[in-house]
Amino acid sequence: MCEVEGDYNGLECNQKIPVPTLNRKCMKCKEGAAVLIIRVNDAFCRACFKEYFIHKFRAMLGKNRVIFPQEKGLSREAPKKLRFMPGIIYIDDGGACGRSAEERQRSNALLKSIFTETGFPYFIVSLEQVFSLPASVLVPGTSDPDPSNLSYKQAVDQYVKEKQTLTEENVASAVAQLSMGDSAYSPEHKLALERLFSSLKTLTAKEDMLQTLRQHLILHIARENGYSKVMMGDSCSRLAVRLLSNIALGRGAALASDTGFSDPRYGDVVIVRPMRDYSSKEIAFYSRMFNVPSVIISGLDTKTHDKASIQRLTESFVTNLQSDFPSTVSTIYRTSEKLHTVMPPQSQSAEPASKCLLCLCTLDTKEDKASAFHATLVSEQLSQIKLQDLSLDAPGQSAEQCCTEGQGCGPGGCCSSNR
Amino acid sequence: MAAPLGLHLEFGGGAELLFDGVKNHHVTLPGQSDPWDMKQLLAWIRGNMLKERPELFMQGDTVRPGILVLINDADWELMGELEYQLQDQDNVVFISTLHGG
Repeated sequence: MCEVEGDYNGLECNQKIPVPTLNRKCMKCKEGAAVLIIRVNDAFCRACFKEYFIHKFRAMLGKNRVIFPQEKGLSREAPKKLRFMPGIIYIDDGGACGRSAEERQRSNALLKSIFTETGFPYFIVSLEQVFSLPASVLVPGTSDPDPSNLSYKQAVDQYVKEKQTLTEENVASAVAQLSMGDSAYSPEHKLALERLFSSLKTLTAKEDMLQTLRQHLILHIARENGYSKVMMGDSCSRLAVRLLSNIALGRGAALASDTGFSDPRYGDVVIVRPMRDYSSKEIAFYSRMFNVPSVIISGLDTKTHDKASIQRLTESFVTNLQSDFPSTVSTIYRTSEKLHTVMPPQSQSAEPASKCLLCLCTLDTKEDKASAFHATLVSEQLSQIKLQDLSLDAPGQSAEQCCTEGQGCGPGGCCSSNR
Repeated sequence: MAAPLGLHLEFGGGAELLFDGVKNHHVTLPGQSDPWDMKQLLAWIRGNMLKERPELFMQGDTVRPGILVLINDADWELMGELEYQLQDQDNVVFISTLHGG
């Protein structure tokens, strides 16, 4: 924390600013009564907040230019309108979280009614269906350079409706075309899923596996239905937590794609995160104030204690730190923005690098002597070496052996004497 | 001796899981000489309403970081947070933004 640009010293003094409460005016329009404080001290009234929220979304999409190039001549309407036709997808992961069939049906029904209200095509898919995916889902598709394949059809008042479906709780991804989801699954798949998750001993592993499976399923549905983009609802706060958790999980090499605005590793389908500029507080307030319907669904880590998994621990660490140092999340976020996805050169002649089956990132397991991977291998070897008779004095080798568990070397004693 | 205070409490974002899944509660706080403030309300909630896992709702005297509080649809930071003095028929909302409930 000492490195936070010296900002936090100023912040510490400003922590509890004795402002005249109850009479605070919106900092933007200076007239309306403030209802919300975001960031450190920016007070907004309802109307200005709504405008700010919507504007940020548009700016995010416009700035990143990954989506929605304007089609000229198609419409006389205001140039800033977003033109895309989204669908909604919800993955029912109750099978992995231990929820009963009735509970799942109940929440699915609630969600279905919310989705139908929006008027967009929607897919409610159960996680069990990941077992029926063809193997081709594990191969990244080629990105289609022909933009005429993307179809754009929307007017911007649909945009506001679309915003309403991005809730924090669900993985709600808005994309580009149509169909109905099928939430039925076979009992073999159900059993397979349960067995898979019960074979994972730690909650950390389960959460990671859930994320991977979900990703595959979303990709598959997107591909199957002709969607080229998938929008995830990850907020700034969640992404900051994910960034740190992923580093702890050893996924440092994939940070840029896991937490950046766009994730191109799947080739034909691009994952984007337009909500990454919003803190959890902003999203929660917006949902509350403008009545965005939501359904609370227990997940794997609901009501678990702080140390149950790496992800949970990181979340509680970041959230607690944030309450004392309000620039925590934004600092992590700014740092993550500096990470860029390195696109490999597009030479067709070169053999495509092999990819990890689970996360579809390029394999980084080339055994470089100075890499973290090599260190992991060495640790693995060391912890598996059986304790051998010390009289078999192979120099160097026995130095390693006696330092492993249970031999009880004196301080620097036996290792140095072996030399 | 002040009159008893009627309040409307709401829990969202998963926080309701700690209160038997019930989102809306009408409560009446007993009358006392000093006005009720948020700090006392939280202590009262912990003592009288929380069914389980108090550490998932509160941390010390205040709510756990990650739980947002709205008083009459406004951010409680604008109202003085713990020092805000409750009035009859106030509406207090607790929204959890955390994964772990």
